[in-house]
Amino acid sequence: MHNNSRRGFMGKAFGAVAGVGVLGSLVAMKKSWDPLPSVRAAGFTTLDMSIYKEGELITEQWRGKPVFVLKKTAEMIEKQTESQEKRDIIINGSHFMVAIGLCTHLGCIPAYKVDEEEFLCACHGGKFDWSGEVTLLPPPRALDIPPFKIEGNNMILGEIGPEFKAMKDSGITL
Amino acid sequence: MANFTKATGIKDWLNQRLAIEKVEKVIASEYWIPKNINFLWAMGMILVFTFKMLLISGIFLMMYYQPSVEQAFDSVNYTIMREVDFGWLWRHVHAVASSVTFLIMYIHMFTGIYYGSYKKGREMIWISGMLLFITFSAAAFSGYMLPWGQMSYWAGMVITNIFSLGGLHMDGLVEWIRGDYVPAQAFLTRFYMLHVLLLPLAIIGLMGLHFAALRIPHVNNQDGEEIDFDAEAKKYLDGDKKGSKVMRFANDFLSKDMMVLGIFLIFFFYLVFFNYGFALDPVNMDKADGLITPKHIYPEWYFLWSYEILRPFSTNVGLIAFGFAQVIYLFLPWLDRSSNAVAASRRGKFKIWFWVLLIDMIVLTAMGKLPPEGIFSTIGLVAALVFIALWIILPFITMNEKKV
Ligand code: HEM
Ligand code: FES
Repeated sequence: MHNNSRRGFMGKAFGAVAGVGVLGSLVAMKKSWDPLPSVRAAGFTTLDMSIYKEGELITEQWRGKPVFVLKKTAEMIEKQTESQEKRDIIINGSHFMVAIGLCTHLGCIPAYKVDEEEFLCACHGGKFDWSGEVTLLPPPRALDIPPFKIEGNNMILGEIGPEFKAMKDSGITL
Repeated sequence: MANFTKATGIKDWLNQRLAIEKVEKVIASEYWIPKNINFLWAMGMILVFTFKMLLISGIFLMMYYQPSVEQAFDSVNYTIMREVDFGWLWRHVHAVASSVTFLIMYIHMFTGIYYGSYKKGREMIWISGMLLFITFSAAAFSGYMLPWGQMSYWAGMVITNIFSLGGLHMDGLVEWIRGDYVPAQAFLTRFYMLHVLLLPLAIIGLMGLHFAALRIPHVNNQDGEEIDFDAEAKKYLDGDKKGSKVMRFANDFLSKDMMVLGIFLIFFFYLVFFNYGFALDPVNMDKADGLITPKHIYPEWYFLWSYEILRPFSTNVGLIAFGFAQVIYLFLPWLDRSSNAVAASRRGKFKIWFWVLLIDMIVLTAMGKLPPEGIFSTIGLVAALVFIALWIILPFITMNEKKV
């Protein structure tokens, strides 16, 4: 009886020490898989917004992901609905569609069809209009807008400016 | 203290220290196998063989493969395929063996389902088998990343995105798995580690569990006969080899196994030398490019059925259906409410269930390969719904099954 309780105590004491060790090593393992600081630091891209031509889709790169930039034509601005307009990014009077060029379904790059003015995702057949809104399932939401900050003619991707914050808060993008 | 005597020979010396005779009996000469089984029971041995081929060819590939985003593609497509003498052989063997492993695994699984070999004490065999299937799937996926071609990259992108769990938006989890915002160096190196070390280790461990789980219940037989292994073994050892319903695993049954394996080998090396194309996707012969998606992304043929269950639905519903398809086979021993461990042909409604499931899997596989348009989308959707419905009705159709 006496012995048993002593063994029980030793077992519990070992369990406590081992438990701390296991938790500690799990934390270390988790952190070892985090993106490296150098990867995080390379996460900013500056775009000069004065060089884009109207109606022409340009694909830039940010954090290894494609970023679509489309300077809207006067006709597009004219006909856009309220929800399409909310996604506009206005820099020096020009209206832009800027979005991460990965389908919100499972991440393929939708192709822009100039004539139809829409994006078609070949993976599972999803479609987006020229403002980035979904027109055909399965994508669950409009193309995501990357965090951005506007400085004069420049747009800095990866930093959060007031315009982006407003969009995020109103739920226009994630 | 144990009593050691001067050994009469090497065998006796080992026997005193390792009890090799006893071990040999337990795993080979007195491991009893029913006589009434057919070639479908040789699939397990063929899987041991294909795994051995993966291991050997993998070791040779590893000696020239470079797990870096700049060099991986060329180290496979140039160094291994063109410079290394017989490098192509290891690559073809590796690619064909991984594909064929899945073909045989599916045959093995459906044999088990057909004969009810997952109940009456055989539940652990089934569970360890399904864990092997899942680990092999992870191994094949991680291996597919390594040549760093267009399909590697985009399959890596699409599949890791599944971990954002749709509406839960767990992008942090996806970035953690990748070690970057997109599949890049950290991703390639960690998948290389998984592919060549951690997952093969897990596979070897699970194989051990699978075989251990077989030892006590023994294999089932094609007549669903309940054999008293102790009594039949006694009969055999007493000299009535003909009258006994069982035989030794080694060398009796093994010789049958080797016969089937021999035929399989001819088929296998025919594929390796003359028909390896199906196992090496042409799209993957282009180097990974994060700014160009291939026209049509599809996984290897053996994942198509579950991919097709994901595809026709909206994101969240699709993910739930996909998750369901991944785990549901694990629960088969409990969803089948009947205690009949006999061939499906004798089980009434279950017989229909079995064949519909098999055909549905084939239809899903075919639709998964076709572009998601028009009539194919519709057939795919129906087949996905049939798959889910089949598993939901299974307990009900087996509940009142007559005892045979
Ligand atoms: C210890 C065992 C294994 C080792 C050491 C190993 C090693 C390798 C290496 C170095 C590569 C890259 C070279 C190449 O792409 O050809 C590779 C590729 C691959 N492995 Fe494995 N492997 C093993 C087991 C497996 C298993 C169990 C499977 C799946 C059933 C598998 C499936 C694949 C696939 C699909 C590829 C890509 C093949 C290609 O595109 O050429 N491997 N493996
Ligand atoms: S990834 Fe675009 S529709 Fe699925």
